[in-house]
Amino acid sequence: MIAAALDNSKDQNDAASTSSWYEASARQRVENLLDANSFNEFIGPELRETSPHLPLFDLPEQFDDGMIVGYGRLGGKPVLIAAQEGRFMGGAFGEIHGAKLTGLLRAARDIASLPVLILFDTGGVRLQEANAGELAIAEIIRALIETRLAGVPVVGLVGGRSGCYGGGGLIAGCCSALAVSEQGRIGVSGPEVIETNRGVEEFDSKDRALVWRTMGGKHRRLIGGAEVFADDTVASFRDAASYLIEHAPSMNLSTLESEQFRLAQRIERFGTCADALDIWRSLGAAEPQSIPALSYREFVALANDLQEPRHDAR
Amino acid sequence: METLNYRNKASQRAKGSKLQVIVGVVASGNLEVLAERVLPDSECEVDIRTAAEGFGEVWQAVVADFVEHRSPGGLKFSINDGGARPDTVALRLAQAVSAIEGERT
Repeated sequence: MIAAALDNSKDQNDAASTSSWYEASARQRVENLLDANSFNEFIGPELRETSPHLPLFDLPEQFDDGMIVGYGRLGGKPVLIAAQEGRFMGGAFGEIHGAKLTGLLRAARDIASLPVLILFDTGGVRLQEANAGELAIAEIIRALIETRLAGVPVVGLVGGRSGCYGGGGLIAGCCSALAVSEQGRIGVSGPEVIETNRGVEEFDSKDRALVWRTMGGKHRRLIGGAEVFADDTVASFRDAASYLIEHAPSMNLSTLESEQFRLAQRIERFGTCADALDIWRSLGAAEPQSIPALSYREFVALANDLQEPRHDAR
Repeated sequence: METLNYRNKASQRAKGSKLQVIVGVVASGNLEVLAERVLPDSECEVDIRTAAEGFGEVWQAVVADFVEHRSPGGLKFSINDGGARPDTVALRLAQAVSAIEGERT
């Protein structure tokens, strides 16, 4: 049982680690999450491995294509790490962006001893690279599953401004475990996509409270879509990452059967609920409408009372 | 897209020993600057790819002012620009020099 025992409220003195995860750039997150000066980047920006597609659309490139991959140390232990820059094209997956993550995961599979951290911050596939981006998602998922089958934990951290949507949401769902902050959102179709396709009566993307209680970190934690609820600080995500690497479940047939059982139970239990508030009420929350306003500590205490994520699953 | 390139004389070599840094992000109204220590000590080159066309004179003025004040000798700057204002450009260039000279960014 993962989240119940986690206390990531330790005092951190350095300003960098208590700074906001949401506000930080991908490079700042990597730098502040890992042990000081331990990060070594693969295929750095100086190599200029940029998208072959963006110039066709007369769009500006970024030297790292919005994906940073490399290795470093977390609490003294070596890890492989990937981070998406959510401000560059919404952190979207393109050909190069995806290939860097696929390569990192394949290396992790072959080495079979270094855990992988993925710092998600993405709206999904980059529209300008549609098919190449979709292929990248498929390759990443295959590489991720092979990595997990090799006994390597792959832990996702979600707390950036672009959330974790589209193919990114699918990849996150394949991870060994996830940590999410209140600001983080996890889903496949984002609010605007749902509204565009099904109308404002189905889902009002301008209703921020609705968006957050449907896709936000608190809801994902309560229904077992993420194992750990993190505070919006680098320090909190660091503790969550260390904890989840240690406690990530292995992947085998019985894990998949448990996950299938867990998801079937979830539909049975909540399938008729019209809103997240109904789900929280049926989970046993006395005042579900107060949950969005709860502080980090209050929410963690409540979530641990209401529901323990099941770690025989995933 | 427009490609611009400026090469200026710098009076002094940029301090420090770091070989490269990157700052910023390519987003609306923002830019990334990759600084590399690859030139002779008295040279400074700025290579720009920008989404906003027709601002060559402004770029030239901002770059000339920057080289005059910071004297980033030996550095080549490569910029991907998402349409940043001149003040943002000046701040990012200064941030890149601070970073490669070893100051905290």
